[in-house]
Amino acid sequence: MRGKRKIAAMPERTEARAQILERIRAAKPQAPPSDAAAAWEKIRREYKVAPDLPPAEILHLLEDRLRDYDAQVFHCVPAEIAGAIARALQQRDKQNIVIAAGTPNEWLPPDFHFVEDSNLDAHALDQLDGVLTGATLAIADTGTIVLQNVPGQGRRASTLMPDYHLCVLFASQVLQSVPQAMRMLEQTATLPTTFFSGPSATADIEMTRIKGVHGPRFLDVILVQDIVQVRWMASDDSPPMKSISVSIGSLFPNECCSG
Amino acid sequence: MSRIPLDPATAPAFPKAAKVSLHDLQLRRNVKHATNVIQTKRQRVVGERPDWQQLREAGRQIREHALAYMDEYLEQFERNCEAAGGHVHWARDAEEARQIVVRLATEAGSREVVKIKSMTTEEIHLNNALEAAGINAIETDLAELIIQLGQDQPSHIVVPALHKSRHEIREIFLREMGLKHLGEEPADLAEAARTYLRKKFLTVQTAISGANFLIAETGSVCIVESEGNGRMCLTLPQTLITIAGIDKVLPRFQDLEVMLQLLPRSATGERMNPYNSIWTGLHENDGPRNFHVVLMDNARTDVLADPEGRQTLYCIRCGACQNACPVYRQTGGHAYGSVYAGPIGAILTPQLQKMEHAQSLPYASSLCGACYEVCPVKINIPEVLIHLRNKVVKQQTRGMGRLNPEAVAMKVLGMIFRSESRFRAAQKFGRAAEKPLVNREGWIGWLPGMLGGWTQARDLHAMPQQTFREWFDAREKKDRGHA
Repeated sequence: MRGKRKIAAMPERTEARAQILERIRAAKPQAPPSDAAAAWEKIRREYKVAPDLPPAEILHLLEDRLRDYDAQVFHCVPAEIAGAIARALQQRDKQNIVIAAGTPNEWLPPDFHFVEDSNLDAHALDQLDGVLTGATLAIADTGTIVLQNVPGQGRRASTLMPDYHLCVLFASQVLQSVPQAMRMLEQTATLPTTFFSGPSATADIEMTRIKGVHGPRFLDVILVQDIVQVRWMASDDSPPMKSISVSIGSLFPNECCSG
Repeated sequence: MSRIPLDPATAPAFPKAAKVSLHDLQLRRNVKHATNVIQTKRQRVVGERPDWQQLREAGRQIREHALAYMDEYLEQFERNCEAAGGHVHWARDAEEARQIVVRLATEAGSREVVKIKSMTTEEIHLNNALEAAGINAIETDLAELIIQLGQDQPSHIVVPALHKSRHEIREIFLREMGLKHLGEEPADLAEAARTYLRKKFLTVQTAISGANFLIAETGSVCIVESEGNGRMCLTLPQTLITIAGIDKVLPRFQDLEVMLQLLPRSATGERMNPYNSIWTGLHENDGPRNFHVVLMDNARTDVLADPEGRQTLYCIRCGACQNACPVYRQTGGHAYGSVYAGPIGAILTPQLQKMEHAQSLPYASSLCGACYEVCPVKINIPEVLIHLRNKVVKQQTRGMGRLNPEAVAMKVLGMIFRSESRFRAAQKFGRAAEKPLVNREGWIGWLPGMLGGWTQARDLHAMPQQTFREWFDAREKKDRGHA
């Protein structure tokens, strides 16, 4: 029965496919003047792409947005990540935390139970208190953090089932605009990718915003200040001098004044 | 749990259905509140983007371009999706789409499927088809769950249950979820839905979704959502069936940089919605083991073939036009008799369904243009409405030749307007003729015969006792008298 259905479906499929494509060709605007790639290049993109804020302000903007979404933001330097994680977990009273393979060992504070996600099923994930991940990048304009299936971030289910998400984000990963982010993600576009902007929410009942429906209801972000290092790296790619001086000025306003 | 879906073929005409809605004060209060809240939020987040108009223009151009090369992009999407382990199916119409989805769900061996809110599945009445095949479809979006449990109809593209108040929702949940206690706060109701659905997410092995965008360049699908029910459906079940109109295709991944700015700000007034998922075919140990995409035409190629109506397909289903529409804001969505309500519904439904089922919809508008102004991809909805009205008139007067009453009336009017004396005589005649119809406040609420078409949905102000010219002549005379 089942096999028969499959066999019957095949010619139908090709027929439907051919017919739809034929209909489109007959219906679409007459003879586009150039091939698709050339025509796509001509699309007018006059919206903002490049950042127009100095790095320090981009970080502030992101933090603002995250707090607006009721996320807590902790600060630390790269050497203090484990301590910051311990503080966040303690404050939230979370013990059993799932982590993805590839999470740096030096991030993990003692006295908590970290479970590496080796294809845990949804039930098992559902039993855990929270999830700890890194991030691919963040977008300050919208308060968005992007996760992909790579070491340290892991499978989509692991950041979905637990009720608490603790995310370690480096200042160097924070971009200002959505277009900047999408262009960065282009290289790895086919990885399973999740954008999240605050904890899950709904406004379906009388337009009242309710935090947390199915995804994690609580989100904390540890913002690791590695920005100075990055600025020097960025200068190797020789960006315009002006933008460098602006960012230094905004990062060290006092020095700037004394100079 | 079967419900009769909104169907333009059986729904009453808009003016008739609107009258019923207008008498439902609770509904009007809810619709007004919801549309006000979203509009205010939208205005704020749109206002903070100095490049909003540039984004809109890019959005329009991307959609226009995608339609111009739609065949190539769909083939490219199919190639890339299948190379990544997905299966692509093609459906010419709703019936074929239903058959494919029911067959796939049956093959997956599921008696239950979890669903992500999808206008496309509403459009083809998928749930009834699944049910007929013995498959229980569970809506997982909170609003859709409210609609499904309450055996109701969606009334808005983005917030389908905006016509229900918290008290009504509580009643539905108490009854349908078999609960003994339930608080009245929206948070209590959301918590009840979370508990109810989590069991389903953990056990049901097949999911059905729509799609916000298909990306030709990568073969990826993008879904934009708020609650996380989408992520649950995309990630946990073994089989995922995504159904999308062929108009959902975008050329490249980079094009999302425009759409992901336009859509959330227009739809819910957020800078970004809580979750966006982008995935490509299958991924080892992450997500479903079987992934199917059903590409559905269902009259979209007919819309594409109409140069003036074509821009309707730019739509990214944000619902901003509904919130802005002075007609929708009074009637709510059900009066439109179709899953697509408001201004976009007034142009989409008559084109997707047979025109004769939706003849009143192109007239369900005051042509004020608020919808065009807020549309993130610049669909000139008033222009398309007028184009469709033209089609309706042509259809209604087919075979009547020059004798059709509207054409005759226009001829007569033309004759009157061409001559000053005839125009003045007509004004005098009008003033005399309207007398018995004018009420105390100076309005006409009913006109006889064909003229009644006008007063069916609006009052007509009585003609003034004196025209400007009469007033001017009288003044001149008086002045001369003084001199």
